[in-house]
Amino acid sequence: MYKVIGIVDRVLGPVVHARDVVHAQMLELVEVGEERLIGEIVKLQGNRISIQVYEDTTGLAPGASVYGSGMPLSVELGPGLIGSIYDGVQRPLETIKHRAGQFIPRGIKLPSLDRERRWPFTPAVRQKDAVSGGQILGTVPETQRILHKILIPPGLSGSIVDIKPEGEYTVDTEIAVVRTAQGDRPVRMFHPWPVRRGRPIKARLPSDTPLITGQRVIDTLFPVAKGGTVAVPGGFGTGKTMVEHQVAKWSDADVVVYIGCGERGNEMTDVLQEFPHLIDPRSGRPLMERTVLIANTSNMPVAAREASIYTGITLAEYFRDQGYHVAIMADSTSRWAEALRELSGRMEEMPAEEGFPAYLPTRLAEFYERAGMVETLAGEKGSITIIGAVSPPGGDFSEPVTQHTKRFIRAFWALDRDLANARHYPAISWLDSYSEYIDDVTPWWTREGDPEWPRFRHEILDLLQKESRLQQVVKLVGADVLPDTQRLILEVCSLFKNTFLQQSAFDKVDMYSTVPKQVKMLKIIVMFYRWGLDAIQKGATLLKLRKMKVVSDIMRMKFSVANEETEKLDALAGRLEREMRRLGEIYDISEK
Amino acid sequence: MISVKNEALSSREYRGVQQIVGPLIIVDRIHNVGFNELVEIRTSGGEEKLGLVLEAGEGMAVVQVFEGTTGLSLPDTSVRFRGEALKVPVGKEMLGRVFDGVGRPVDGGPRPIADERWDVNGVPVNPTARTYPKKFIQTGISAIDGMNTLVRGQKLPVFSGAGLPHNKVTAQIVRQAKIVGEDVSFAIVFAAMGVKHDVARYFIDNFQQTGVLENVVLFLSLADAPSVERLMTPRTALTIAEYLAFRENMHVLVIMTDMTNYCEALREISTVRGEIPSRKSYPGYLYSDLASLYERAGMVEQSTGSITQVPILTMPNDDISHPVPDLTGYITEGQIVLERELAQRGIYPPIAGLPSLSRLMKDGIGPGMTREDHAHIASQLFAAYAKVKDVRALASVIGEEELTPLDNLYIKYGEAFEQQFLSQREDEERSIEQTLDLGWQVISLLPKEELQRITEEELVKYYGK
Ligand SMILES: Nc1ncnc2c1ncn2[C@@H]1O[C@H](COP(=O)(O)OP(=O)(O)OP(=O)(O)O)[C@@H](O)[C@H]1O
Ligand SMILES: [Mg+2]
Repeated sequence: MYKVIGIVDRVLGPVVHARDVVHAQMLELVEVGEERLIGEIVKLQGNRISIQVYEDTTGLAPGASVYGSGMPLSVELGPGLIGSIYDGVQRPLETIKHRAGQFIPRGIKLPSLDRERRWPFTPAVRQKDAVSGGQILGTVPETQRILHKILIPPGLSGSIVDIKPEGEYTVDTEIAVVRTAQGDRPVRMFHPWPVRRGRPIKARLPSDTPLITGQRVIDTLFPVAKGGTVAVPGGFGTGKTMVEHQVAKWSDADVVVYIGCGERGNEMTDVLQEFPHLIDPRSGRPLMERTVLIANTSNMPVAAREASIYTGITLAEYFRDQGYHVAIMADSTSRWAEALRELSGRMEEMPAEEGFPAYLPTRLAEFYERAGMVETLAGEKGSITIIGAVSPPGGDFSEPVTQHTKRFIRAFWALDRDLANARHYPAISWLDSYSEYIDDVTPWWTREGDPEWPRFRHEILDLLQKESRLQQVVKLVGADVLPDTQRLILEVCSLFKNTFLQQSAFDKVDMYSTVPKQVKMLKIIVMFYRWGLDAIQKGATLLKLRKMKVVSDIMRMKFSVANEETEKLDALAGRLEREMRRLGEIYDISEK
Repeated sequence: MISVKNEALSSREYRGVQQIVGPLIIVDRIHNVGFNELVEIRTSGGEEKLGLVLEAGEGMAVVQVFEGTTGLSLPDTSVRFRGEALKVPVGKEMLGRVFDGVGRPVDGGPRPIADERWDVNGVPVNPTARTYPKKFIQTGISAIDGMNTLVRGQKLPVFSGAGLPHNKVTAQIVRQAKIVGEDVSFAIVFAAMGVKHDVARYFIDNFQQTGVLENVVLFLSLADAPSVERLMTPRTALTIAEYLAFRENMHVLVIMTDMTNYCEALREISTVRGEIPSRKSYPGYLYSDLASLYERAGMVEQSTGSITQVPILTMPNDDISHPVPDLTGYITEGQIVLERELAQRGIYPPIAGLPSLSRLMKDGIGPGMTREDHAHIASQLFAAYAKVKDVRALASVIGEEELTPLDNLYIKYGEAFEQQFLSQREDEERSIEQTLDLGWQVISLLPKEELQRITEEELVKYYGK
């Protein structure tokens, strides 16, 4: 399949130039040199090409041959993806380990999907059925949680002339034959798809369902809809990876694709070791049964880092096409942008802002465009939610990647250095973050959460705004000079930050909160303000309020009330009301 | 510019180079050489230098010369391409020895008998083959053990500034680091890049005094050595470290100082090559380059050894957002930040309370490892100290007299935290229990209601005790 298409004449790290090129295509997958390093043609100019090589090019010398594949860089889509960990160009890292040991050697080629493993297949079509691309041919229970739907590859249509009966088959078994206008086409349980081309859909749909992440500050203050796009920017150590991990663990997505893009090896190991033991509260199954990992760690070749984002999103689209709600995390999109910059530099392209190529915004837009709630070709509903971490140099959000990303996302979870330093986690700033999905998901929350939810949310956001203004005053004169009604605002906000916004990822009870728990906690704090204000207006003092016995229980409610026993929160709210009323009454009477 | 024709001395060796630009030489009319290939350069005076192919073209190569190009002449320089990447001898014999940045002995001793020769660039570890670091290293320093716990296999840099006692702190870590209940000591790999002789001397003396010198491998590329050599020093050092850890199953502590000098050498090469600069003229690939060093920390399956890295860097102008600390922080698993203000107030070690962080702490602490209250007391110490900063800012505006009684307690706590918890002697080694008890002692200056990160049971057990 591979034939010589050119001769290397310049090696510049991950970018290799070749001359005397015949029959090359843009974005064609190639192999370079005797070690057969894999690469992709990224520039075509007359009979010259530039190749970005996905492996270390040490030792590669001019004169080496370039072998063309005639195909674009593609991924294999079929059973066996779930639970796997791949590198940026979908090489199976677990299999590589068994083949080559603890280090990743160069030039290693292994199929992405296990060719030996047999999967139980149940057909969903019969002889003579008319079929077209994206339609479901049959199913495979890939994990106890994911029923993998074997799809007719997009672009193929005709009628079934042969379909295998129920039974166990390997992924490359010809499971069906489709008679098309161009002749009979075999269909296997997997098909390849070029990573840089989005998979077709029937229609885009509006989304009104939130992706519930179990993280209170996100779900309650800055929610994202299923099919939405989010950026999580923050300086080093502010908690981007933790946010991504928390969402990967506790969100109500059906499938999670986690891309470790130019980040730490240990973070991938952490996921690999933790996820098989964590139980998804919704399905009761290990989290690994819905997760695919892509790892191009920071010490792996930079060109593959650029590809890893596309590999990940293509896998996500494939599960979306099966009618699943997919959440994809990319940690960090800045490393991807930097890979783009490095490759662009080596190709001697004209730099734009801060050395990034001028096409950076286009590429970012193309990536985030692949999110969305859709009607699939098979007529089902599926979605991709993208949550991209951004690592701005110096934590300064005015840099190009953050700024351009902001144009293409609709929720922004800004991580704040001061909060992180004070160990207020997640360090999502309530002043700098926003979500444009709030109107979309409000009906859902009033239905599934509490009819009062929009009012509670609005009220607490309003208090937070007021508090931030009051803090300016406090910084100059101290809190003592403020009247109790204003000090109550400080008090309530501090309570809200400590009990509600802060959420420990490491605490068994606190690590995620269900919708009822979130709603009830929010309500208690808002009511604390309303009733407290009432009591103060009747003459009670803030000190008295603070001293109520119920306060310390409210402070600890996130730890003391498990997700399954939220009725305890109702009881707590009841106690709060009684104690507050008692306080108010004392003064009511004394006034008379 | 004069053009010089070169002469092939053999199939791999040539006399004469075409161009010398800073630390780079350009050789053409040669056979095709490989990218990153090792090059031996001989001056007319017979001096040997080493270099690497940075760019391989047809019949030409751009070579970076580690020892610098001073003394090279266009016609009389001979260049030999080795046909392989830079490899260094590795072996247990290297313990107790001193080498230059590319692994040649400089202690007057013989070349060590190497078991093998390993590529200095290393090979990326398969993330599925890593073992997640979890084992608590007791450094005896409260600010680290209590609040920024180091674990075996972690990469935890020291962010410092000119004139701050980073060497003292690091030396103290090296002297006191131990795994409680285990009787294995660390082998130490020490890489010095662009630091002065007295710094190297300070560490060597320290190693000598504690009697660990025969367990140390030193790589020195000091301030007077050519800057390009610094680019290889950490790679050489990490290669030996990998050999000791993953082949000989030893626990290795790697100290690399000063990473800022390393980055400057990288910037120099990049500038000479006319690459598009990124922030502060550092190359856009600084992140990837640093990652290729820092990611060589850790543990892997099938070997019981480990590599723990403590790189030291000085922040230009104490600016933590400078590209070197910034990109380091984006790669390492936390950072120990030294603070000038604390140092000026005579506090040793001046480990900054808020910006310091250990990301692997969560897995190395708790019951069975340190103590059940560790996570909460640490988090509370941080939170309360953050509040201290606010109160101090307020006090500087309205005066301490105007503070509320509660704010005054915070001021008291702040003082105690800095003077009793943070401060300790250079030779003072505190057990983790002592550290945690001290933490409770200072936090107990605050009323219970303020301690929202601590559970009721912990308060009962430890508060005010
Ligand atoms: N929700 C949380 N609960 C507890 N600790 C947290 C939480 N979020 C962050 N942290 C703490 O902050 C540390 C840094 O977080 P994280 O690794 O996610 O930062 P990051 O923004 O991804 O940094 P980098 O850009 O360098 O990768 C964690 O190791 C953890 O100690
Ligand atoms: Mg991170």
